[in-house]
Amino acid sequence: MKNQRVVEPEYLFFDAEREKKFITGSEAIKEAIKRANVDMAIAYPITPQSESMHLVGDIFAEGYLREYFRGENEFAVMSEVTGAAMGGVRVFTATGGPGTLRAFEMFPTWVGARLPIVCAFLTRGINSPLTIQPDTIEMAYMLDTGMLMLHAETAQDLYDMLLKAFIIAETTEVHIPIGVFADGFFVTHTKEGVEIASEDIKLPAYDPYTAPVPVMDMENPPVRQMRDPFVMKSNFISYAAHASWQQETVSAGERARKYIHKYLGGLVEVENEDADILIVTSGTAVSQSREAIALAKEEGINVGLIKIKSIRPFPTEEIKQLTSKAKAIIVPEFNRVGWLSREIKSVVNDSDKVHGAPRVYGGMTMPIELILAEIRRCSL
Amino acid sequence: MSNNLYRVQAGPEGYLPPAAAHMGIELPEKGNALVEGSIVLEDEAMQKIAEKILMAKNPVFFPGPLILWAWNEKVIAKATAVNELAKTSGARIIPMPDYRPKYPMINPEVEINPNHPNLTIWHNKIDVCVFVGVHCHYANVALKLIRGGTDCYTIALCGEAGHEDAMISLRDVNLDTLKKLNEIIKVKREELK
Repeated sequence: MKNQRVVEPEYLFFDAEREKKFITGSEAIKEAIKRANVDMAIAYPITPQSESMHLVGDIFAEGYLREYFRGENEFAVMSEVTGAAMGGVRVFTATGGPGTLRAFEMFPTWVGARLPIVCAFLTRGINSPLTIQPDTIEMAYMLDTGMLMLHAETAQDLYDMLLKAFIIAETTEVHIPIGVFADGFFVTHTKEGVEIASEDIKLPAYDPYTAPVPVMDMENPPVRQMRDPFVMKSNFISYAAHASWQQETVSAGERARKYIHKYLGGLVEVENEDADILIVTSGTAVSQSREAIALAKEEGINVGLIKIKSIRPFPTEEIKQLTSKAKAIIVPEFNRVGWLSREIKSVVNDSDKVHGAPRVYGGMTMPIELILAEIRRCSL
Repeated sequence: MSNNLYRVQAGPEGYLPPAAAHMGIELPEKGNALVEGSIVLEDEAMQKIAEKILMAKNPVFFPGPLILWAWNEKVIAKATAVNELAKTSGARIIPMPDYRPKYPMINPEVEINPNHPNLTIWHNKIDVCVFVGVHCHYANVALKLIRGGTDCYTIALCGEAGHEDAMISLRDVNLDTLKKLNEIIKVKREELK
């Protein structure tokens, strides 16, 4: 193994000297995992994720990880990741688009088993017809798995969110999986300046003996501590136990809010919140919105921006409060269904003022002129 | 009910009571504790624990796998302290040795299953119970079930961050905390004579 110095998470996140490198999002994933003290990574290729786990394989060869292998398919990978996490190791994988859906059964399973798995979802369109192009529709399916969901705008976000996700996910009272989402191609395949810490330092190791469930340690008693199969009982108290179990996993997500504030500075970032028109969005739609807001300003239209970093838990109170005085709320999205628009409509006081537009999909880029046109419409 | 009005109190609360965390109850920071959903100083909560246990008709400690199995010397010392604490309190001990399902059912006379805690509480007519050494997830699952279906008063001595779903919860409980609580109970017992 590479000889790296273990440092406190806060030091790695906030205090350690950083060097700016011009790298892709996929390379940012590699750099994060290099410093994350990951025991095991399991890979299965799918565009646009393939390069990231390929690069993680490279750092395995360099001695930064203890174990790395390729699974048979996405469902197998997510199942193997489950076993690794139950065995008490820090584990990482990544997927995207159809791979996410193929593995889908395992995501609520991770949550129910209280496994602190960190998975990067590098989003793309869902078949059919076959597409490999950018789209965030898979996030709509993930909203109710119970997983925590962070959405990166940039490669910098991706690097920082991945590292911080391990520490948030492994906190005893949270201890549920975190998906770090980034828009495929736009983030994964383009280069930008990313500030990263020295590769000589890494996070402390995961301690599975502080977990809220017993680690499956086959060398020590009691190895029989398996999860209850409620499916085998048909009586009220078994149903009530399953309900209580589900409530507890939702509670775990609620408890994560405090740590998202601590490590990510909050669930949202806000600019010019007093403006009459607010754009509320996440991922690379935030970057496009920034450009549109600058153009609107030149036309004398005052527009604010709320960047949502945490999709789950959702910043319900923050959105409710920040949008209370806005006359119009614009929600640009890279998907057909408008899942973020639905989320926002469900929490604001007056859902009529939410404009779920522009919406692009099928692999389209989002021209800033579309956002600007929406701003102009709302300013009339 | 408004989130900020919710209080974690003895039940039976009903068919499917909410998780306290959904109702705005937050875990305490280090040095603090929870009493019925309110954050108080740890010392205040310890006094309340002593009072509740000593005033109970049938208090019972439910030690879990984290202290029932001799994982290491520290655990053995904690288990000894819990045993002492139960003796001082005049409480019985009913163990939660593991979390597996038992078929056709557990013997509620001698053990407690976190997924069916009501059986043991009803059978033994337990009015105050103390969780200690139970993994947090299983403790929270059981604590909600107890609040939903029984009138038992729940106390959690947690080695980690505490439990919103217990009526009284300490956090970061270690050997010193257990010994301190033992002394508080001794003093309180004399006061109540």
